[in-house]
Amino acid sequence: MTAAATPATSPATAGERSGVRLARSRRNAELSLLLLAMALVAAYGAMVEAKVLDTVTPTFWVPAAALTAVFLGMHLVIRFLAPFADPALLPAVALLNGLGVGFLHRLDLANAAPAERAELATFAGTGGRQLAWTLISVILAAGLLALMRDHRSISRYAYTLGLAGIVLVMLPAVLPRSMSEINGAKLWVRIGGFTIQPGEFAKLALLVFFAYYLVRKREVLSLASHRFLGIDFPRGRDLGPVLVVWVISLLVLVFEKDLGTSLLYFGMFVATVYIATERVSWLLIGLVLFFGGAYLAYVLGSTVGGPFLNFYHRAEIWLDPFADPYDRGYQLVQGLLALGTGGLFGAGPGGGQPLLLPEVQNDFIFAGIGEEIGLFGLSALLMIYLLIVERGLRAALAVRDSFGKLLAGGLAFTLALQVFVIVGGISKLIPLTGQTTPFLSAGGSSLMANWLIIAVLLRVSDAGRRPVSGVGGKVSRPAGGPPEQLHGAPTEVIRP
Amino acid sequence: MPELVITVARFGFLILLWIFVFTVVGVIRRDLFAGARSGRLVAAPRTVGASTGQATARPAKVKRGRAAHQLVVTAGQLAGTRITLGEAQITIGRAEDSTLVITDDYASARHARLVPRDGQWFVEDLGSTNGTYLDRAKVTGPTPVPLGVPIRIGRTSLELRP
Repeated sequence: MTAAATPATSPATAGERSGVRLARSRRNAELSLLLLAMALVAAYGAMVEAKVLDTVTPTFWVPAAALTAVFLGMHLVIRFLAPFADPALLPAVALLNGLGVGFLHRLDLANAAPAERAELATFAGTGGRQLAWTLISVILAAGLLALMRDHRSISRYAYTLGLAGIVLVMLPAVLPRSMSEINGAKLWVRIGGFTIQPGEFAKLALLVFFAYYLVRKREVLSLASHRFLGIDFPRGRDLGPVLVVWVISLLVLVFEKDLGTSLLYFGMFVATVYIATERVSWLLIGLVLFFGGAYLAYVLGSTVGGPFLNFYHRAEIWLDPFADPYDRGYQLVQGLLALGTGGLFGAGPGGGQPLLLPEVQNDFIFAGIGEEIGLFGLSALLMIYLLIVERGLRAALAVRDSFGKLLAGGLAFTLALQVFVIVGGISKLIPLTGQTTPFLSAGGSSLMANWLIIAVLLRVSDAGRRPVSGVGGKVSRPAGGPPEQLHGAPTEVIRP
Repeated sequence: MPELVITVARFGFLILLWIFVFTVVGVIRRDLFAGARSGRLVAAPRTVGASTGQATARPAKVKRGRAAHQLVVTAGQLAGTRITLGEAQITIGRAEDSTLVITDDYASARHARLVPRDGQWFVEDLGSTNGTYLDRAKVTGPTPVPLGVPIRIGRTSLELRP
């Protein structure tokens, strides 16, 4: 090998070039994908106006142009702050967000009186508010990218964030009903004219804590085990934390009357444990615990009632929505009918009757959109979600530290689980629960929290794809101060 | 609006939606298929630009197969991680600011480093507690690392790949 050292010199320079090619930032690909996505959003807006107003107003492009400006800003921020971040994440999210704004604007058009339809201002109505929320969310995400130059730095605040997460989850449960309950689920905090859904932000905070905790505990969780039926089961005392999270998620189920949120937190934890330990037994334990708990809640709801009653009703609606199609089952039945009316290719943007669906701007946005773009279009949307999740998992694979792996993997999984919970609920696969559809649903909390998740994924994927020796003399490590400073605290952070 | 225009626009929109999906897939294609190949980590050494399919790079890379372009973790918690090698040295250890942060019970905060010199990579132990091994031999001074020979640190194994 030493003999090969001299001839290896020229290949090394050639190889350096190929190394640079491998590690190219691909920001231009991101830009063109983003423009394509925005063209789709503009086309959607034009088609909605053509169908609802019978004419395309000269200002149809204004919302799409506003969105384009916002996302181009984000693109520039990424170009400077995270140049090696994943090129597919931003355009995919931008398309979903843009179509969400477009659909909400379409609802405003349908709601408005025919005379004032054409004069609907850009920032008016649900669609306009969503546009404003998008602007704020993207600014927040850009701010997070700017503040967090290295994803490992947030592991310093893991315990603080964990505590904050639990407080955020529990807050609606302890607040009086008048401040927190909407449609039977206590998930909100109402302050003044605003309603905030603190659980959305809790996801990110809790995941940082889970990832940090598991990096420290993965050895004991994955190595100490009993072997039974060919699967390694953990020791009884190591089950402690997972049981604690299970109890918390069941408390959420009972006191906030929301299966989706509870499933989301518990699934998030189990998936992160699984990623950390690579033990299938944790998945089995998680599934058994959750289904056992949910069944118990169902049985208790039918016999004892009380706090379990809401869950029992939801399960009953799920089992047979047509038993009471005009009252309790109304929403689900209308959603199913909308999806059925849409059929394979849908009624065309603007061609459906989304106003028949209760909560169409929120939980049922997927059914509302589905009626207009059909199965063909819905599967494209689901594919886009799938791609976002895949990019998140890919970032987890590529990044070089355990904390980043767990954080990105957990966030990507959470996003997937949330889409599953709400789309599964609408299509009657699982009991319907009030989850927001990420990036589509109206609502600032959800949009902000999900954009923050995307910012973290962008940061992690940037760290993972960044070449060790940067292009053009850039150092691989983000400029976060001298190594000594980093060295002090975080070494003990990562220690198992 | 004539019905025909609306119908054409409707289907055009759906097709455009799918075109977007496939364009995204096209952009990330290399990564998508890279996953399938990383499954067989012990297989024959791979080359860097393989999946881009540049015909010009293909014949050349057989000749220059000697230079290491990637550092791949083959065993341990970070198994499957790959680092594209450049001109800079690679530090390995538990310290947060290492290039490769390994959370291994048997690793020191600053365990070892890999340094390139004239196209050849050298491994150097940085006074670790449990030592660095090149294949079976303990590393005492800067030692040249051949391609495909495992560097062992605690439970973690690393290899240079072309």
